[in-house]
Amino acid sequence: MTTLIINNVGKKYGELETVRGVSLKIEAGEKVALLGHNGAGKTTLMRMVLGLTSVSSGTIEVLGATPGSRAARNSIGFLPESVAFHGALTGREQLRHFARLKSASMAMADDLLERVGLTDAADRKIRTYSKGMRQRVGLAQALIGQPKLALLDEPTSGLDPISRHEFYDIVDDLSDGGTAVLLSSHALTELETRTDRIAIMSKGKLLADSTLAALRHRASLPIHVHVTTTSDAADRVAAELGGERVNGRSVSLTCTQNDKVAVLGQISEYGELVKDIDVTPASLEDLYRHYSAHRSEDL
Amino acid sequence: MSILAIARMEMLIARRNMWVATSVVLMGLFTAVLTLAGGAPSGTLGVDPLTVAVTSITTLSVYLIPLIGLLLSFDAIAGEAERGTLALSLTYPLSRGEILIGKFMAHLGVLAFAIAVGLGLTAALTIWRFGGADLSFMPLFKLFGTSLALGAAFLGIGYLVSSLVRQTGVASGIVIVIWLVCVVLYDLGLLGALVADDGGTFTKTVFPWLLIANPADAFRMMNMPEVSVAELTSGIAAAGGVSGFVGQLTSLLLWPIAALFLAWIAFRRVEP
Repeated sequence: MTTLIINNVGKKYGELETVRGVSLKIEAGEKVALLGHNGAGKTTLMRMVLGLTSVSSGTIEVLGATPGSRAARNSIGFLPESVAFHGALTGREQLRHFARLKSASMAMADDLLERVGLTDAADRKIRTYSKGMRQRVGLAQALIGQPKLALLDEPTSGLDPISRHEFYDIVDDLSDGGTAVLLSSHALTELETRTDRIAIMSKGKLLADSTLAALRHRASLPIHVHVTTTSDAADRVAAELGGERVNGRSVSLTCTQNDKVAVLGQISEYGELVKDIDVTPASLEDLYRHYSAHRSEDL
Repeated sequence: MSILAIARMEMLIARRNMWVATSVVLMGLFTAVLTLAGGAPSGTLGVDPLTVAVTSITTLSVYLIPLIGLLLSFDAIAGEAERGTLALSLTYPLSRGEILIGKFMAHLGVLAFAIAVGLGLTAALTIWRFGGADLSFMPLFKLFGTSLALGAAFLGIGYLVSSLVRQTGVASGIVIVIWLVCVVLYDLGLLGALVADDGGTFTKTVFPWLLIANPADAFRMMNMPEVSVAELTSGIAAAGGVSGFVGQLTSLLLWPIAALFLAWIAFRRVEP
């Protein structure tokens, strides 16, 4: 059964339409990144999946159940953006409380504290935690009861690079166990390697929903090639390849995906003259800019 | 199970926030002082010392218990919404009714503990000073039960306010006004109306209903020694019928239920 089916969903607050005709499916074990600038409707979409706010049009099914129903809530783990807890409780007390609500064991709560690296701080008041530590408590509570669907809203904000890495390891484990993961983030570079599919939202509409490779292919954005040459060869190489000399000894040029191999072959013919080559495919940021700029014209 | 989990956590928070300690100290201190001070003249008058104590404590409880009840509850929903913990709680598999009842159980527990400590002190001090042989402790049990009902009513009112407004600051302002109206201004208003009416139709028909409509007044009448009630009812001719024992009891039982129900309705409409 498909874990999450969002079918032509819209959300209106009076005149304001924050989500428009969004359709998205996530299968078990899939990791989908939801991208979009602030106010694009990502959080509203998640809130509708959670049943925190009503759906104005269209339908949402969480493992066949209505959002907000007990069955749906039982199978969802949620990490809200800027997660908050009661400061008077310790991390362990807070997590055990959530475990009770999900009918999970106390041992599981303690295991999860260890999993997110909070064992040492577990018996301190959450009031004394750093933002990153609170985020870890948030992640731990989202994992309680082995959810079938994990909704993670800006999960890595406030985490340092190493914590981010650990965070994605946990997400990988989660999806290996069959959990469908939908996460939103602004940190585009880390999503490139860590998700199966990318969905891009802008002004309430879903503009793209595909794998990174397919998005690149469809956008056919130029590939950047950066060639470092010996000091006297830069002008000649730049002229022959049709690139631009950047400084004394390097050349920058762009080519399409189809020409890439041919261009690289051409460069290798220079032999000793070329010291180094950097090839940069269109980054997620480029794609994101491309899709949100391109499609918002016909909205 | 979810109800118990919520109650357990709220109890923990109430303990950490010193609400339990504050309530117990308040109740204990005031009841002890009133018991000791109230017992002094009773020897010569020949009145049961416990009756004197219960009467003074009743007068105090009318102010103190609604106040503690409102202070425990005004933050319950608005505070969580403001901190951002409510949205997360509502994604867990439990209903809003369960959240509300869980909180209610914990807060009522805090109140019950504080009242029990206070009245326990009263009983202990009275026995210590006068011996326990001739004392009837029935009024104390009645005071305990009705205090709890009074507290429950104002807990419910606090949750209702907390669900209706989004900011705790506003909620705290509103509950203070409600407290002032219920325990001070309401009685003043009734008194004024009685004086103005001078024994007319208002005094005979409307007044008894208004008297028991306020849970604080119902509580006050319920715990007054019978002599005083007789004086009150003879002074105000019609107060005996509607505002009699059944009316008082109905008011004290109906208020908590109605307030909690309304709070639940309001809470269901809250979008975190």
